[in-house]
Amino acid sequence: MVGVTLESVSKSFGAGAPVVDSVDLSIDPGEFFTLLGPSGCGKTTTLRMIAGFYYPTTGRIRFGTEDVTRRPPNKRDTGMVFQNYALFPHMTVAQNVGYGLKVRKVGRAEARRRIEEALEQVHLAGYGSRRIDQLSGGQQQRVALARALVIRPRTLLLDEPLSNLDAKLREETRAEIRRIQREAGITSIYVTHDQAEAMAMSDRIAVMESGRVQQVGTPQEIYYRPATVFVARFIGRSNVLSMPVVSAGPTSVEVQLPGAGTATVAAPADHGLRASDAALVSLRPEHVALASPDDPDAVVGRVTNVEFVGMATNLTVDVAGQPIMVSAVEVPGRPTIGDRVGLRMPVARMWVVKP
Amino acid sequence: MSVTTIASAPPGPSATGVDEGRRQPSRWDRLRVRLMGDQGWFPYLLVLPLALVLWGYVVQPMLATFAESGRGEGVENYLAFLRGSGVARSALLTSLGISAASVVLCGVVGVSMAFLLRRFSFPGRRLIEAVILVPAALPPLIGAISFQLLYSETGIVPRGLQRLFGTESPVLAFDGIAGVLLVHTFTMYPFFYLAASAAITGLDPSLEEAAYNLGASRMRVWRTVLLPMLTPALVSASLLVFMTSLASYTAPLMFGVDRTMTMQIYINRTNGNLPMASTYASVLGVVSLLFLLGMRWYEGRRSYRTVSKGTSHRREVRSRLGRWLALAGSLVCTVVLLAPVATIALVAFSVNGSWTVQVLPTEYTVQNFVEIFTEPRSLRPILNSLQMSLLATVGCVVVGVLTAYAVRRLQFFGRGLLDLAVMLAWALPGTVVAINLIAGFSTGNAFSFGQVLIGTFWILPLAYFVRFLPLVFRSSSAALAQVDPSLEEAARNLGAGWWRAFGSITVRLMLPGVLAGALLAFVHSVGEFVASVLIYTSRTVPISVAINNRMYSFDIGTAAAYGMLQIVLIFVVMLISGRLQDGGRVAREGAQWAN
Repeated sequence: MVGVTLESVSKSFGAGAPVVDSVDLSIDPGEFFTLLGPSGCGKTTTLRMIAGFYYPTTGRIRFGTEDVTRRPPNKRDTGMVFQNYALFPHMTVAQNVGYGLKVRKVGRAEARRRIEEALEQVHLAGYGSRRIDQLSGGQQQRVALARALVIRPRTLLLDEPLSNLDAKLREETRAEIRRIQREAGITSIYVTHDQAEAMAMSDRIAVMESGRVQQVGTPQEIYYRPATVFVARFIGRSNVLSMPVVSAGPTSVEVQLPGAGTATVAAPADHGLRASDAALVSLRPEHVALASPDDPDAVVGRVTNVEFVGMATNLTVDVAGQPIMVSAVEVPGRPTIGDRVGLRMPVARMWVVKP
Repeated sequence: MSVTTIASAPPGPSATGVDEGRRQPSRWDRLRVRLMGDQGWFPYLLVLPLALVLWGYVVQPMLATFAESGRGEGVENYLAFLRGSGVARSALLTSLGISAASVVLCGVVGVSMAFLLRRFSFPGRRLIEAVILVPAALPPLIGAISFQLLYSETGIVPRGLQRLFGTESPVLAFDGIAGVLLVHTFTMYPFFYLAASAAITGLDPSLEEAAYNLGASRMRVWRTVLLPMLTPALVSASLLVFMTSLASYTAPLMFGVDRTMTMQIYINRTNGNLPMASTYASVLGVVSLLFLLGMRWYEGRRSYRTVSKGTSHRREVRSRLGRWLALAGSLVCTVVLLAPVATIALVAFSVNGSWTVQVLPTEYTVQNFVEIFTEPRSLRPILNSLQMSLLATVGCVVVGVLTAYAVRRLQFFGRGLLDLAVMLAWALPGTVVAINLIAGFSTGNAFSFGQVLIGTFWILPLAYFVRFLPLVFRSSSAALAQVDPSLEEAARNLGAGWWRAFGSITVRLMLPGVLAGALLAFVHSVGEFVASVLIYTSRTVPISVAINNRMYSFDIGTAAAYGMLQIVLIFVVMLISGRLQDGGRVAREGAQWAN
């Protein structure tokens, strides 16, 4: 087990803007760490720099204390699962899994034992002599995982390994990957654009956008304490409301609320806001409660959209020109478009984010 | 609304990666990225030898030809192309005129065939489809000879018609430029046929349906949707036919049209006027280069090929009369398409010298084949050709595969130039390649290790290598495009070094395509005539030159027998290529000989 450190790593292709821009990450030994972001955010490029397929334009990459920045990929001892699995079509399942062992000159008997073990681990015992095109997508995915694990790599790198599976298989497989990773206790770096997948699997997540890391934290931290507007909106759905600052404290800000009155809202220590600035306050739709328009604690608005999505009803309510999303399990009075409703917006659930 | 105050907010995580500690890439970083990319110096180690080979055997000889053309009369030679009277100007104009006419004829034939076969369903359609590429599959010399035997003044068809109608002179005899155009039309219409077929099949039928749905009439749909969509394919095909016609040498040779660029190169070379031959070669080379650049520029633009989800529908020919006419037409068409091969096969069994004024040869024998295989003097050209072609093919495979890999997969400075150098070898007419080699290797230089190559065994394999390297390059490129780059990365990730990953994964998966390309290069080399006739030595006469010599001494039977052996070799190779995975496309390309 070994940790992975990125020190202000940047990558540009040609003369254009950097694809990865001054990324600092410190991944702990044994951790399941996810790079999460929309397509084009630089997450795959970052992973490929860790694998050695790209070299950083500037910055350092370390495995433990070892500097591997410009080491070729075959000398890094990482196991990678590719998005399209990259299984060798001219080899059997066992030959695919055994490729890394053969390169490492592992003895025939031991190689056979380890291949069998690896196939058992991914529930594919007895599939060794199959051709790759005789396997389903899910099975191919597990062969790719076995091939990466059998060499007992120092880190496991996974590049959107579930994106080619259907929704049901995806949920099963993500639990499976996490189980195998825990058993092997191997440092894993996982790339995905699917925030639900990232939340469900990761010890920690780095949210990336436009080549920059927006926030690093546990799924809970990222969900409840998003650092930026982007993170708040990318992870789940979020209302981001602009409120004038009345006064600023070290970890909180007093703001002018949309209806009337002021409230003190929690803020990160580096919020940098001063009186009369506009603070951006995030509030999850599921934390907004519907109330009667006559409720003295509620602000009043008009319903502009209603969607029933099964486990909840999503409403959009226009409050003084600002659309506010509401997600409610119980909807008293079944409001329809045009109705006046009251909204309770609990200040305890509000959080100041950066633009 | 009540105002609540939170006593203490939980400590929020701070965002990382903000401006502190950020280093701007220095100029050296940028230069390193630009030159070395992510593969370090490695690409340069691989590319340098490839670049030297292409420079030494393709580019440098071409420059030597320029230098040679400046000797003696110098600029005078070039000015001859501008003068009103004189051979140079009329040769250039004739060549251009023949090429333009060939484009029109091939376009009409090829596009009509494509529409007939792709858009209509009628009895006999599959028959035509099976043989449509046969005339073009003949090596240029054999093709030109067969058309001469069939359609020239002394040919089978005009004499047969003369006999039939009892006229004084042969009917519908082709000679001179008309003969050249006949050969060009038959052998080059596949450029149009294949391009238009691919475009028609590639068209998304829903585009056409959308036009009909919006109320367009059949004519309007053709004018406003179908033809515009086909334009890119037609322009590419036109450029290809123009280039190939310009390079055509055997057709003018067989039909006695002396005033073309290629014939003038040959005539000046045999008369010993190398500077003038070099001048012609330079002009032809530059024109070909311009066409190559034009083609690349055009293909770089957007093409309309769409991914078809539905299948394009064929219109069934339903009326009884229509079906009979279609069947009869298909049969005639098939006979015409097969006639060249049938002629060679027939004549191969005729007794030398026995066929004079009759419509068909009268006396038959297998002696021609027996002679070829028993007389050492007759067998020699076959052995020569096989040996020289094998050598050239090995060279083509090594350089072609590595160059394709370098151009498609590696990042290095000058990648476009490497690609261009290979395609230059493809664009240069065979006669120009020969003159370039004469100019480049009449004296020793670094690339011939100080030896004079002209007049030695090595010059022909070198010519074949230069001419057919692009075939292996292109088929390797196409095969490589089918191999997912992440496969090689997976191998590298699992610990394999570059050579091991390249060998055990990439090359292994490219193999069918490479093999198909190599077979193609081999048969082209065995059939090569255009460059051979300018630079062969008496000790290394290749098959094609032997055929030509036999034709001159009226051993037509033996010449045809040699030709028949080549045809058999070609069809065997096309059969094998067709069997190879991805080989179908390569086999089709095999039908496009450079004349």
